[in-house]
Amino acid sequence: MALPNKPNWELLAEPDLSKVPVEEHEYDALIVGGGMAACGAAWEIGKWLQDGQTCALVDKAALERSGAVAQGLSAINTYIGENTPADYVRMVRNDLMGVVREDLIFDLGRHVDDSVHHFEEWGLPIWKQKGDEGKKLTEGGKPVRTGKWQIMINGESYKCIVAEAAKAALEEKGYDLFERIFIVKLLLDANKPNTIAGAVGFSVRENKVHIFKAKAMLVACGGAVNIFRPRSTDEGKGRAWYPVWNAGSTYTMCMQVGAEMTMMENRFTPSRFKDGYGPVGAWFLLFKATVTNGYGEHYLKSEACQKELQKYAPYGTAPIIPTCLRNHLMLFEMKEGRGPIFMDTAAALNAFLEEKRAEGMDEKALKRYWKELESEAWEDFLDMSVGQAGLWASMNIEPEKVGSEIMPTEPYMLGSHSGCCGIWVSGPNEDWVPDDYKWGYNRMTTVNGLFTAGDGVGASGHKFSSGSHAEGRIAAKSMARYIRDNADFTPTIKQSADELKAEIYKPVTVYYENYQKTTHEMVNPNYIKPRHMMERLMKYTDEYGGGWSPYYMTNGKLLEIAMRHLQWLREDSEKMAAGGLHELLRAWENLHRIWCVEDHLRHIQFREESRYPGFYYRGDFMEADSRTFEEGGWKCFVNSKYNPETGEWTCEKKPCHQIIPD
Amino acid sequence: MPSFVNPEKCDGCKGGEKTACMYICPNDLMVLNPDAMRAYNQEPDQCWECYSCVKICPQGAIEVRHYADIAPMGGYVQPMRGTDSIMWTVKFRNGNMKRFKFPIRTTPEGSIKPYEGKPSPGADQLDNELLFTETADSRATCKPSDFS
Repeated sequence: MALPNKPNWELLAEPDLSKVPVEEHEYDALIVGGGMAACGAAWEIGKWLQDGQTCALVDKAALERSGAVAQGLSAINTYIGENTPADYVRMVRNDLMGVVREDLIFDLGRHVDDSVHHFEEWGLPIWKQKGDEGKKLTEGGKPVRTGKWQIMINGESYKCIVAEAAKAALEEKGYDLFERIFIVKLLLDANKPNTIAGAVGFSVRENKVHIFKAKAMLVACGGAVNIFRPRSTDEGKGRAWYPVWNAGSTYTMCMQVGAEMTMMENRFTPSRFKDGYGPVGAWFLLFKATVTNGYGEHYLKSEACQKELQKYAPYGTAPIIPTCLRNHLMLFEMKEGRGPIFMDTAAALNAFLEEKRAEGMDEKALKRYWKELESEAWEDFLDMSVGQAGLWASMNIEPEKVGSEIMPTEPYMLGSHSGCCGIWVSGPNEDWVPDDYKWGYNRMTTVNGLFTAGDGVGASGHKFSSGSHAEGRIAAKSMARYIRDNADFTPTIKQSADELKAEIYKPVTVYYENYQKTTHEMVNPNYIKPRHMMERLMKYTDEYGGGWSPYYMTNGKLLEIAMRHLQWLREDSEKMAAGGLHELLRAWENLHRIWCVEDHLRHIQFREESRYPGFYYRGDFMEADSRTFEEGGWKCFVNSKYNPETGEWTCEKKPCHQIIPD
Repeated sequence: MPSFVNPEKCDGCKGGEKTACMYICPNDLMVLNPDAMRAYNQEPDQCWECYSCVKICPQGAIEVRHYADIAPMGGYVQPMRGTDSIMWTVKFRNGNMKRFKFPIRTTPEGSIKPYEGKPSPGADQLDNELLFTETADSRATCKPSDFS
């Protein structure tokens, strides 16, 4: 048997850099990422760039199945419909404990439905109420609402449909699409300060480095996953709730060129069906299921829980309890020894049948009705979380007979779902937007020419798939405006092509210089493999940064230790080693993970309160402060900035304006 | 629940970039071994079980074996994806079977014309906040004061 002292990858990385070509490209607009936001941008920008102006989209995967919607979805969670953008702001504000950018949320609320209407036009099946089947939303067809904002869809091909439209748009306009190129680093302009000039990445299919120059750039590559120790242990690590390929690239790449970040202390710790991470929304909203503790008690109604919620008024006492506080109550039960928490699926489904029986439905019709109900329950998983269906099948779970455990997962960083970490961007250039919220170009970061959308935009959660698409469109139009206003700007990159190539391929160089020094390529004191880097990161963020194992608890002392480990991780990342192209992808993803988690923990360190009980706690500051910026409190934004010139990191408070009255 | 490839059915899709699972995997996991002309999952513990490879495989050669560290053996979920609908077979550990069929799209694949019949706003519209398909009389122009 051969010694395991050589790379075991199908596509090997080339150690001789003279054999690695560099391809240089130049565009007016560059879209980095391929998810909902990027697809929205690709479609919108074609109508605003002038003839002769150019654009390209670069995706590290294949557009048809990339991003968070790759697997499909069973619902669109943001459709305003008969509601108002003002009410949408109120809902998001309450769920995110008061500290949000109301201008961005309102703006999204007025545009999001147009994206949904186009999804339907392109072929996405949207459930309609009885009598309205076949009638489109734009024709007055009433959707099946689960909650006030959500609508049900047959969404297995949701991303394929949205990607097809984006691809067709790029093609019609003569723009370029690059798949399987992973952009890993943004490049500032050599002459104009604080201005984006391009980006660099590499192909995961051939040994080639790509340098892109652009006047304006959208960076929308999702949130961050596998940054805290997962509850699963081995193969199950892939079964993250959010897509496992989201590596924090959006945050890190923008942060590294000096973009101001906001609310990076926020995280999302979803409570989902245990281990399979199947969605719970439809069970709560469509099937009206309730949760119980291990003793079958509806703990949410208990006096102790109600008292706990009072502590977090006005958010805790609002008609809809914020997501973090629902977790908080669940953890409260678990810590008191009354777990596990169950979703009572059986009672919910049987209640529907009882209701029909009481209405006099005969047994034959009842059987038909049950088939529909059962099919809807399973579709919820099969559309977006097939693994949960597999787990139910493996455990012989039939939801009409037995409830299923739900559990808060490991923390994730994201800005489009029920979390709001991200980048500080300009709001719309309109009179009603406060002056400190706008600087000319909607959704532009504090770096000139650098835009973001979806998970990238901070302090405005609850966009979900449709909102991310709409936000990509908003950013795209702004980019076209920026390009028009900066027509005479010629992006110039500071570094030479060879310097960039050497930097991108450094993990390959480190690997091949050292891999023969031991008889097992995984165990070598001269380098660290990307997988070990990720495991080390997840262990320490969990233990010191408030992961699931200490019940999401951290404090100033623990964070000091976390910071020490992050410093060592950053230093050791210089010694990451990759023998194959796939491993080079992992090396750069893990570098992105390390940086964005560091910013996350720096924010938690700076914010001396527990803003999101249930997502994380500062044991040394357990209160959620109701005092504003002006009152010296924490009901305000925390923004951070990494200075690319000096390597210094700074955090500061920023005032939060209420635009929509209570 | 990582994906795995049945070597008796996989023909490598004639190789390289044409290998369907390799083309589609969002996490760069599926890869072709050109000597064996078979594909495999090169990092099973990073598989999201999104089933993109299973759904696209023209030979029906890819299945999923549930995560070994989570799931008792014997459960099985397999789709057959057509152009307008998807059929799922769910087999339980105890042998029970369920089948479901769901629509996936209402238009033929490849038929989307994203700009057909849509407005082409002029360059003078670039400074307002309207997206290209939106009109000035729509909700898109509303302001917070409209709701006070």
